[in-house]
Amino acid sequence: MSSVQSFSGLWAYWLIIALMMVGLYIVIARDNLIKKVMGLNIFQAAAILFYVTMAKVTGGTAPIVPHDPAHPGGHGEHEILYSNPLPHVLMLTAIVVGVATTALALALAVRIHGDYGTAEEDEAVIYDMEHA
Amino acid sequence: MIEKIVVLEVVLPLLAAPVCVLVRHPRLCRLLSLGVVAVCLAIAVAVLLEVRGGGVISYQLGGWPPPLGIEYRVSTVNAYLLALVTAMALVVFSFDSRGGPPRVPEPRRHLYYAVFLLCISGLLGIAITGDAFNIFVFLEISSLSSYILVSLGGHRRAVLSAFYYLVMGTIGGVFFMLGVGLLYQVTGTLNLRDIAARLEPSLDDRGTVLALALLVVGVSIKLAVFPLHHWLPNAYSFAPPKVSAFLAATATKVSFYLLAMILFTIFGAPFVFEELRLQAVLLPLSILAMFLASGAAIFQTDLRRLLAYSSVAQIGYMTLGLSTANVTGLAGGLVHLFNHAVMKGGLFLVVACLLYRVGSVHIDALAGIGRRMPLTAAALVIGGLSLIGVPGTVGFVSKWYLVSGVLERGWTAAAVLILLSSLLALVYVGKVVEAVYFRKPAETQPIDHVREAPLGMLAPAWVLAVAAVFFGLTTNWTYGVAREAAELLLAGGI
Repeated sequence: MSSVQSFSGLWAYWLIIALMMVGLYIVIARDNLIKKVMGLNIFQAAAILFYVTMAKVTGGTAPIVPHDPAHPGGHGEHEILYSNPLPHVLMLTAIVVGVATTALALALAVRIHGDYGTAEEDEAVIYDMEHA
Repeated sequence: MIEKIVVLEVVLPLLAAPVCVLVRHPRLCRLLSLGVVAVCLAIAVAVLLEVRGGGVISYQLGGWPPPLGIEYRVSTVNAYLLALVTAMALVVFSFDSRGGPPRVPEPRRHLYYAVFLLCISGLLGIAITGDAFNIFVFLEISSLSSYILVSLGGHRRAVLSAFYYLVMGTIGGVFFMLGVGLLYQVTGTLNLRDIAARLEPSLDDRGTVLALALLVVGVSIKLAVFPLHHWLPNAYSFAPPKVSAFLAATATKVSFYLLAMILFTIFGAPFVFEELRLQAVLLPLSILAMFLASGAAIFQTDLRRLLAYSSVAQIGYMTLGLSTANVTGLAGGLVHLFNHAVMKGGLFLVVACLLYRVGSVHIDALAGIGRRMPLTAAALVIGGLSLIGVPGTVGFVSKWYLVSGVLERGWTAAAVLILLSSLLALVYVGKVVEAVYFRKPAETQPIDHVREAPLGMLAPAWVLAVAAVFFGLTTNWTYGVAREAAELLLAGGI
């Protein structure tokens, strides 16, 4: 497979990797704690998109069984191609985990701001050195 | 009967946590959490006795049969871990910290117990579940509650340390989640045994190799494997002492189990250690951890920080046992889980006693404290000797089997390095013992008013100190179970 083909077939994954690295870079490079939390959010969002991407089945429709009065409880005459619902369900949990993490991180940032008078990491480190 | 009650290991603490929030009475909450943990320990011991010798208990949540439904699956490996976590939780909970963590005012103390119970429930959940995504959820439950627990320490840096821990832990958790996602893409299932059965790992399959990389790095962050350990010394030294004791004794142990389970059960020892040769990375990192972290411990002036760095070094011993990939070495690593939990948990409880009476655990502040607090200081010495690995203590048992396993593998140099690194432990333990017993107290810090720690603190610390000697002399139970667990893991089962 040539590199052009692999890019066109897997472009969603390339986007996810790019998004993920953007998030990770923000976490590493920014000193502001709130920005770090935002970076962490982008990082998590990339992972969630990864799951959502893998759930897509080409030509698949939303995984809702249509109501067919002729065949109660059955799939009807012809087989319907569904997208995979499982990764979506998993991501509902992952989103909840992400929200909890964000809430906790922000709460900690508020406490840090209360104790240090700043939400900048480098200033907090300097403050600790001066008030050892 | 026993198949049905194993689910209570997770359900009881998970239900007790909101009950604590509703009860709003600190003393009642403490009793409730003690009771819950005691029941969990009883169940864990019963389960361990049941599955020893190759038994397996499987519980299907909601009656959905695996691989579609979530399965709780307990073999010797998991039961060992359940017993370890609940036993340590019971000892730490029975420690009467006289007023709880400094940051938590009396009217809010019930929330502290609720978070503690959530943390236990998460750790037990990781150990018990047989579903990959379920592990991620429990991993985050336990991690989120440990961030909160760490942030409750008295110093302002506790909150900053908790924030770092959160950032590192979340990155680790997301890596783990991505690894599970890739495994799901390759195999189409989330049940661990089903994944292991369907996965045919090969170096040509990039998806599988990437999944292994993501899972190993993710768990290594939570385990604090050497270059990823940066969060640990801060978190352990600024957390409330009781929390440090609990996390040092349980959280990293559960992560170690997770790493072993990923390597041996999911991917299998032949792929990881023969085809991929992971030991080429894991072995040097373990040895570096043993030397650099022990070296850093020598230069610490705060006893808690010293013990925290020593924990990083001890994790190095565990991963060294993992990288031998033979029964003796792996059993040495697994038995070190228990042994290290006993000694480090005991030492952190001693720290809590010292903090309560002396007010500081700066090594200079502890000068001459051995005369004022003889029992506390004696427990400190027993824990310290065990860290060095003196015969008659649990530390010796671990190192004996680790060295045997390494020699079986033919790594003579690594065996010599294990023994040499013990000398570094001798230096940092010796430094503390010297201050406590032989140094005169500084005139600026009189210690005449210092009395022995109260019984409610001393007793749990001594339970662990006695255990450190008892299990150093009798290895049938600890090493027996660990060896069985190692055989099971190497055979690819859980």
